[in-house]
Amino acid sequence: MYVFTALLAGLVFGMGLIVSGMANPAKVLGFLDLAGRWDPSLGLVMAGAISVGLMAFTVAARRTRSFLGAELKLPGARHIDRRLIGGGLLFGVGWGVAGFCPGPALVALGVGEAKAVIFVTAMLVGMGIFELLERRKSARQASAA
Amino acid sequence: MTIDWSSFTPWSALAGGALIGIAAAMLVLLNGRIAGISGILGGLFKPANGDIAWRVAFVLGLVGAPLVYAVFSDFPRPEIDAGTGALVLAGLLVGIGTRYGSGCTSGHGVCGLSRLSPRSLAATLAFMGAGFVTVYVARHLLGI
Repeated sequence: MYVFTALLAGLVFGMGLIVSGMANPAKVLGFLDLAGRWDPSLGLVMAGAISVGLMAFTVAARRTRSFLGAELKLPGARHIDRRLIGGGLLFGVGWGVAGFCPGPALVALGVGEAKAVIFVTAMLVGMGIFELLERRKSARQASAA
Repeated sequence: MTIDWSSFTPWSALAGGALIGIAAAMLVLLNGRIAGISGILGGLFKPANGDIAWRVAFVLGLVGAPLVYAVFSDFPRPEIDAGTGALVLAGLLVGIGTRYGSGCTSGHGVCGLSRLSPRSLAATLAFMGAGFVTVYVARHLLGI
């Protein structure tokens, strides 16, 4: 059941990215180009998503289990630290270079765009590098302790 | 600032945004999980029992969306101007950055802001700010 609902949620998410034009990097870059001919569309995509999201997360915050009985896993971290901001800045630079963030890149992959294959492969390598660095760090901490 | 009225698509942006919100609502209210795409992908690098299938299914839904969309309507082809080198650099930065920053446009930008999380607001300001500066430098200073 959870696999089916996750598949459906992914499908609806992807439809939203296509309908809103956000699966198109040129449109995303049009939003990020404040000094050029600015396309505010991405701002309205966020507004539309957040207005639905506000309702959903208000309901979720009052529950401990989902409507299907799954444990509700909401993030507990509250601290704003160097990792959060540094990671955000690195991501933002990458986003500005190609106009791709993870969701739209996966949708473009489904269209069979060769350039999306290159981007997604590099993104997965980046995530793998993060994982390796994290493992090395926790091994160092374990041997120091 | 000049608004590009010919490219601005307010209604489809709001409608598509609402669909994204509905998807996030489905995932949290049915599966109890946050629709953060970098987090869902990243979780596949340290697979835990019973925590893999839903991640793969969500990703397949995203990748399959254009195929389903094409049944109803002509699919608008993505316009990707970046060359191979830029795509590799961008992909690496997005992969590493979203994992260190614990989220991307969906996890922090949509879900986090919907939860009114100050942490997600800080992350969203960081990546949007960096995106604005990067495009400014690339297009208006370097002329790429």
